[in-house]
Amino acid sequence: MSTQKGATVIVVGGGVSGLSAAWWLARSGVDVLVLDKGIVGWEASGRNGGGASHFQSPLFAEEQRLWPMMDEMLGYSTEYQRGKLVLATTEGQLKHYRYMAETFCENGSPAHEIDLQEIRERVPMSGDNILGGVHLTIAGQANPQRTVQAYAWALQDLGGRIQQHTPVLRLVHEGGKVTGVETKDGILGCDSVVVAAGPQSAILLAGVGIDLPIASARAEMIVTEPAPMMAIGAVDGNGLYGRQTKRGNLAYGGGPHEWLDVGPMGPSVRPGSPLVRNLTKRLLGLFSKAGNLRVIRSWAGVIENTPDGRPVIDRIDNVTMITMSSVGFGLSPASGHAVRDLVMDGKCSFADLELLKLSRFDGLSPNWRAEKGWLSHAEPV
Amino acid sequence: MTDAKLVDRYSITNRFPSASQKADVVVIGAGPSGVAAAIAAAKGGASVLLVDENPVSASLMGLDTPLYFGGRMTRAVDNKARMIEQVFASDPLLEAAFEAGVEVALGVYAWGAFQNGPGIAAMPEAAVGLADEERSWMVAYKQLILATGSRDLSLSFQGWDQPGVMGANGLHALIKRYDAFAGNQVLILGSGDLALNTALMVVAAGLKVAALIEVRNQVQGDAALADKVRDHGIEILTGHVIVSASGGADGVERATVVPVAGGDSRTFTCDTICQAIGLVPAIELFNVLGGKLSVRTDLGGHVPQRTGLVSTGLANVLVAGDCAGLSTVDAAAHGEAAAALALAALAGQPLADEAPAAATSLDAHAYHADWMTALMAVGDDSIVVCQCEEVTRGDLTAVRQPRYLGPPSEVAAKRDIKSLAGDGPLNQDQFKRLTRACMGQCQARRCREQVALILAQSSNVPVAKVPLAGYRAPVRPLPMSVLAAHDEPYDMTSNWDVWFGIASQWVPYNDIGTEREAMHLEMLTDSQHI
Repeated sequence: MSTQKGATVIVVGGGVSGLSAAWWLARSGVDVLVLDKGIVGWEASGRNGGGASHFQSPLFAEEQRLWPMMDEMLGYSTEYQRGKLVLATTEGQLKHYRYMAETFCENGSPAHEIDLQEIRERVPMSGDNILGGVHLTIAGQANPQRTVQAYAWALQDLGGRIQQHTPVLRLVHEGGKVTGVETKDGILGCDSVVVAAGPQSAILLAGVGIDLPIASARAEMIVTEPAPMMAIGAVDGNGLYGRQTKRGNLAYGGGPHEWLDVGPMGPSVRPGSPLVRNLTKRLLGLFSKAGNLRVIRSWAGVIENTPDGRPVIDRIDNVTMITMSSVGFGLSPASGHAVRDLVMDGKCSFADLELLKLSRFDGLSPNWRAEKGWLSHAEPV
Repeated sequence: MTDAKLVDRYSITNRFPSASQKADVVVIGAGPSGVAAAIAAAKGGASVLLVDENPVSASLMGLDTPLYFGGRMTRAVDNKARMIEQVFASDPLLEAAFEAGVEVALGVYAWGAFQNGPGIAAMPEAAVGLADEERSWMVAYKQLILATGSRDLSLSFQGWDQPGVMGANGLHALIKRYDAFAGNQVLILGSGDLALNTALMVVAAGLKVAALIEVRNQVQGDAALADKVRDHGIEILTGHVIVSASGGADGVERATVVPVAGGDSRTFTCDTICQAIGLVPAIELFNVLGGKLSVRTDLGGHVPQRTGLVSTGLANVLVAGDCAGLSTVDAAAHGEAAAALALAALAGQPLADEAPAAATSLDAHAYHADWMTALMAVGDDSIVVCQCEEVTRGDLTAVRQPRYLGPPSEVAAKRDIKSLAGDGPLNQDQFKRLTRACMGQCQARRCREQVALILAQSSNVPVAKVPLAGYRAPVRPLPMSVLAAHDEPYDMTSNWDVWFGIASQWVPYNDIGTEREAMHLEMLTDSQHI
């Protein structure tokens, strides 16, 4: 098989993490090529809640620094909006959300409890069942679908290339390093590779002797017709995550997931389930005055998790890998920056990522999925 | 060894309750094939639930759901009790079904259908999701017969987004099923059998047909049928296309048409413009079930891939009538064939299904495309395609961001359908995401097909190559108060976590490995399922 000219860096996977990494690399003048099995952002990167509030992450500060500038840096709208309210309908929830706000503050981000009067004013659709809530002032939300396309277009504007409908069949490993990737059209050469292929990352990395422990699952969301606009659209709680979009629709998810086995070409189907009824019940709990608002759609996305639910962002020789363990969208401005740093400098310039190394799973039981009850009961997709 | 008992308690496994209602055979749609299927299945000894959404609520009719009603309903549709009587009276076969022992549920929406298969093992049994105006519930089936019929094809022209522009199925329902049509004088687009039969129905109802407008140079339907139409003094104007509809607060008052080849326009007085250009098989539930589809332009477009006359690749799911593909096949015979297969399967002695009918000579896509081409030639880019989201033809081809985001940046303004097409075959879902076309509360009933046609024409690919913009539950827009699971069982409520229930995921990075980690894990464990 002939080796064709590839790129200095090939990014496998045009999801939000891979696209952001490629964009950051292109900003540094690197010749970069993104390969995707289908269309950019087609999997979980374009099918998620759009939240940008994972304050527990070492990437959060950089994420929050970048988000307000992203539209300008990319040249395209991401619909980013700052601020998030979390409302409780039970004492248990309220206790948990207070803890969340405290932890938020301890990590350097302002958050405070809000009273019922303020909740009524800020969230007119909420009812008397709301017991209280918290305001996270610097968390936020953006439109996942618009954002992934923004990364892709911005990358192209910088001279980076994207080849869609080109699944990577394997990483080509020669002389102790990866020298290229094999596609249906032949081998594309590269000096280094970034593996950001979501559930398929484990399959690709296994081919070069790297064991990335991840398990995939399907999660579901619902969306309503447009509702009257709230000043802060990211209002969630009551067991849900989600947001009001800039158009006014309420898009929310939460609740049980279904573990799946995903083949090398990625999920072929993303079935829904009657869970839409349970999601709707909780959304109605959050906005109990909006009972007449219609649910018009639902969707499902397939995402991967590591055993501890934390990302793996690591570089081994010339292979840089990133899985955000089901919380990747909001952190993407920063995660791409981190990957760029790893590829170019071998070390993240703005955060300590020591605890996100793959080596923390050395000695993991080969049966870890079964031991956690994370095995699939469904036919593979 | 895998411990089979070890199940992630935050996962969906074992969480759904058994359905609150059960039937051997559930039939969705009480048209000719659905009723025939239900009666035959009941006579064969099966317990049968026949579900039909008619009469649909006035508010859904206002959203052109499920048919393209065009706002031409009388106030009669506000009275649901009267409408149920009317629907029952309009079809004597419903009485026959009732007498055969079929449980008939009118005014009930089928908004979803779910069974285990690739990617889902969570269903305790195969079930359809139903709803009336008050609540939603699940009904378990052993055999499901989809007889969901067809939807209206709608295309855009200047002024189409006002009351009085409607579809042939919508008009048929208002006149024949509801006796609630508010129009008097109908201009009909199309000249196929659908359009010709529509004209005769309008005349039989004592109303006027202004004319039939046909974009091609020949009448498309049966010649004898066309003669019958002309016998009523109705003009069939071939080689013409509608340019605009205009009117006042109550909608359409007149329409202007021009020759496709150019020439003088003509204006017709009319209060209704009925688009009888084509119908679209109603495949929403089949698509939600994960059934395989194929594009058959001779059967109306995207249709279930059949392995027999009414069998599909989906276990225990049969399709009958127009939803299986538009054809001249006897709808009742289709329904009876489905019932026979369902009964045999119930008895544990599956029957072989005969081969599906051979291809017809029709090419629906080519006909729809001829209309769209002519409509685009006489109308400009400012014409709205997606009424809910106010997306114009020009917005689509420019892949323009929605207006609520303000004007696009300089680089964004340079992006258009060609930049997307340069990156690979176009997918309608990309346009949904970027322009919001097809994202509105009518669930893309009014624009799904024409967006595909416009994308195909603007990028020079056959419309059959544009992937279907998929359907998802709920396939009817349902109020939250109706869809909500007010009957949620404890197994679902307990261990409800906002995300995966992985406590270590949410420990602040700086506290990992410190003495504070245990405090976080205690707070995070068992406290997010709230």
